[in-house]
Parts: sequence; C-alpha cells; structure tokens
Amino acid sequence: MISEQLQDDALVAALVERFGEAILSGTIQNGQTILYVGASSIVAVCLALRDDFGFNRISSVTALDWYPREPRFEVVYLLHALAKAERLRLKVQVGGDDPVVATVTGVWPGANWYEREVFDLFGIRFDGHPDPRRIMMPEGWEGHPLRKDFPVHGHKYDYGTETK
Amino acid sequence: MSEAISPAAALEQTRNTETGTTRKMTLNMGPQHPSTHGVLRVVLELDGETVVRAQPEIGFLHTGIEKQCESLTYQQVVPLTDRVDYLANLSNNLCYCLAVEKLLSIEAPPKAVWTRVLLTELTRINSHLVWLGTHALDLGAMSMFFYATREREEVLKIFEMFSGQRLMTSYFRIGGLALDHPRGGMEAVQKFLEVFPAKIDEYETLLDNNPIWKNRTIGVGVVPVETMLAMGLTGPMIRAAGIPWDTRKDEPYSGYQNFEFDVPVRTENDVYARYRVRMEEMRQSVRIMQQALEGMPEGPHQADAPKVVLPQREKMKTQMEALIYHFKIVTEGVRVPAGEVYQVIESPRGELGYYVVSDGTSKPFRVHMRTPSFGNIQGLGLMCEGGLIADTIASMGSMDFVLGDTDR
Repeated sequence: MISEQLQDDALVAALVERFGEAILSGTIQNGQTILYVGASSIVAVCLALRDDFGFNRISSVTALDWYPREPRFEVVYLLHALAKAERLRLKVQVGGDDPVVATVTGVWPGANWYEREVFDLFGIRFDGHPDPRRIMMPEGWEGHPLRKDFPVHGHKYDYGTETK
Repeated sequence: MSEAISPAAALEQTRNTETGTTRKMTLNMGPQHPSTHGVLRVVLELDGETVVRAQPEIGFLHTGIEKQCESLTYQQVVPLTDRVDYLANLSNNLCYCLAVEKLLSIEAPPKAVWTRVLLTELTRINSHLVWLGTHALDLGAMSMFFYATREREEVLKIFEMFSGQRLMTSYFRIGGLALDHPRGGMEAVQKFLEVFPAKIDEYETLLDNNPIWKNRTIGVGVVPVETMLAMGLTGPMIRAAGIPWDTRKDEPYSGYQNFEFDVPVRTENDVYARYRVRMEEMRQSVRIMQQALEGMPEGPHQADAPKVVLPQREKMKTQMEALIYHFKIVTEGVRVPAGEVYQVIESPRGELGYYVVSDGTSKPFRVHMRTPSFGNIQGLGLMCEGGLIADTIASMGSMDFVLGDTDR
C-alpha cells in the first residue's frame, strides 16, 4: 500500500512499475521515504537503485526486533544517492524462526561489515555473505545482544561447579 | 632527502633483493599497538616489508551503547552519546538531539541553534588537533604533538566553561542547551579565534615542506574514489579524493545554510591530501565560528516546550505547573510519538547518522548509530595492501578513526 503522499513520487512510481508486487508498501515519515520490499527481491531492487537511480552508496544496514510480534525482524537499508543528496530507506520483514535475507554485499561491498554486525547482534543470517563471522562480540559468544529478549545487563555468567 | 629512501624506491629494492624465499609472514598489529589509537587489531600478511593482505579486527571496545539506550529515557541517552566518539562528543550530542527533536516536532530556539554551530565547529577543531598531533607523532614529528595539545587545552577549557566538563560535555539537550552561556564564555571563544589562525600557519610551516613528512605521506594510501564510496568511507577521506561532499552543504541541518564557508577539496587522494584538507577545514571552522559569534542571537536557550524541557529551577519554586512537569519528566520521561527518523550530520570524521525509532513510550525503541569510523576502517585493508608496513601507519593515521566510535 503506497501512502498518499508518495503517489506523486517519481522514484516510487518507477520502482512500482518495474517490480510491481515486490514493493509491498511505502510511507513518508519526517520527510523521509520508507519502502517495504519483499524479502525475495531485495537484491534486485538494490541493483536497480544503484544502477538506474543513482544510489551509489549504502549508509548503513541495521535491524529492528519487534518481539513478540511476527514477522519479528525488520532489516533496514539506509541508502544514499550522493549526486542528488537523496536518501531512501528500504525495509525487509523477516520471520523469527531462522531469520535469513540475501546479502547486498554484491551491490555495495561496504554492506559487508554492517551485515556482519546485524548478524552478530540480531542473529539474522545473510545468505551468500562472503565473511559471515561475528564482528563485535567475542568468538564463541552465545546469543544476540540486541534482540529484545536478551536482558540489558546480560546473562549471569556461570562459573561452573569446579571453580570455588 | 634523496630519492633512495623514499617509500617507492624502498619497495623496488625489496623486490630486487628477494632471494628465493616465498614464505609469507603473518603479523598481529595490535590490539595494543600505539599507532592504532585504541584497541584495533590488524592482521597483516607480509611478504618481506610489503603488506600482502591487511585485515582489521574490531570489537575490543564494544560496550553495547545501542542496547543500553533502549533501557534509558530519551534524556538519559544524551550522556551516552558523548561516549560514542569521545573526540567529537558535541557532534554526537547534536545529531541525537536533532533526531529526537524531529520526532517530537519541536525546534531549538535561535540562540541554541547558533551556539550548537559554534561549539560543534570548535569540536571539529578539537578533533582535528588530536588527529594532527597523533598522526604526526606516528610519523616521527614529535614536536607537533606538543603544539597541538597546547591549543587543544584551550579548546577544552572553553568546553569546561560552557558545560562544566572537558570531555564528556552533554551540553546539547533535547530542545536546546543544558545551560545558558557562562559569564565570559563568548569572550573566551573570541580570544581563541584571534590566536588560533596564526597557530594553523605555524603547524604548516613545520610540516608542509618538511621533506620527511612529504616522503612519508605523498602518494601513500591511494584507493580509487569509487571504491572508497562503495566501501562506505566518508568525510575528509572522500573530500581529499576530489568529491566536494559535505553534509553541512548538501543536507543542511541546525542552521548551517545561514553560514558562509567553503568545502576544502583536494584531488591527490593520498595521505598528504587528507592532511591538507583537514588543515583547511580548521580554517573554515574558524570562519564559521566568527560568523556564529557575530550573529549570536539573544533570547532563551531552551525551546518553549514544557512537556519536554526541564523547567528552570526558579520557576519550580513559584509555579505549580513547572513543578508538575519537572516531576513527570524526571519520573516517567518524555513520551515521544511513534515513528522513526534518520538524522545525518557531518562529524569531524565524516557522515554521522542516528537512526532513532520510537514506539510511543518514553524510552527509545532503537537507537542505531551510523558512525564514520566504522565505515572508514572497513576500507583500511584496501588502503594498506601493496604498501610497506611503515605506510600502514601513515594510512591508518590519515583515516583519523576513534575506536570508541567504531565499536560503540
């Protein structure tokens, strides 16, 4: 459902014409455009945005956890067209069990670390990511701290029974 | 300085004297290496003196600030933003406050807006001075560090005058400033501005034509600008590569459209060009600060939004409403309408963005910080590969990253 304010937006109209059903909905908040994109077409939409609409860099990738609502996660892509000084926010909704999205590192190599961060802190896997390791938390860490069901002060560390 | 010891010549030499052995060595640079300015680990794969592969590893300073934000009220987040980038504390304050003000649909009064510009530019000078001192120190110009810290001390004194803190200022609050201007504050800034431009010239006489400095920096750390943009590098790194991208001009915020300044650009795209761009940026900051001082409006320093801004102490003693608002703001915080906003500003290091999502309660649902150092370090590997180990130090210094900013 494209909101009324976006009806006259040339970029959104072009995207809807090209991708049809894949552009699920769109709104404007505080003067910034947000588009919900179907999970299966995110890479195709990003490629089109980069090549045909001038979005030559990705500012950041992050996620939101709407626990306990389903679909639980939203992966947020903050895009930037440098020449036009234009910004666009894409969102992909991902379900809570086995959350996985296709990587956009093939479109913008700079998405690499941002996707690693989202994987590390939210536990959303990026299919086809060249380096799917944790980035912030130590290796061997269990859990994903930015999930809403992860306590703010962490789990109490269990020192085991052997150590007195 | 003769050609024989320039980096390029040395590289040739290494190749020529290579006698048979093809074994590569892996070297851990950091996490405690002094030139990493924090705790960054770079895994270097070396072929003699040449870096074949450089892989930065971050996360040693991860403090979970984004997670902590979710458990605090909107006002309580402000002091945390100082701690993200501890050399550009006021830039972070500003970006967060602007984002929340957009969500609340309130605007800071003119005096607050101009003071914000004045002090964020001073922050830029502060950050660039630390960068200049440590970068030159890394490359062997030790005296620069003393000169730069001498002037930085004056900047910190001004911060202390305004906010009571030298480093963790938290001076910008949602809806305006924490306090009104201190007595003598404007005079102190004026005095600093009179002295400082001559000091920039002084630094340049020490470095601009210094043969060692030029040998260590010219032609070092070159990466094509398209690659840089795709990898997420921002700020002076991009401006030294010929693209005049400055958020202050392209997407003006906090009244920057009212100020006259130039965006310094160089095309050489090497460590020396980045040095020149930052030096020129300090001059432009002085220019902006002069205008801010001259045009500083009179009036209140906080927005007229009693439900958001804490009332003045005097009013609380005489007005019932002020007392009620104070109680409500302190006990339950400010309810911010549901919605989300992505606010971008130009921090001394590049594009700083705060993505704030509200679910209608008094605590932020999510605060994501798009920090410039994180994006910049991602390109460190590309910049070092193919160069010498010593150039790694130069490239790293030219990025001007802060590890607190990277790891959050």
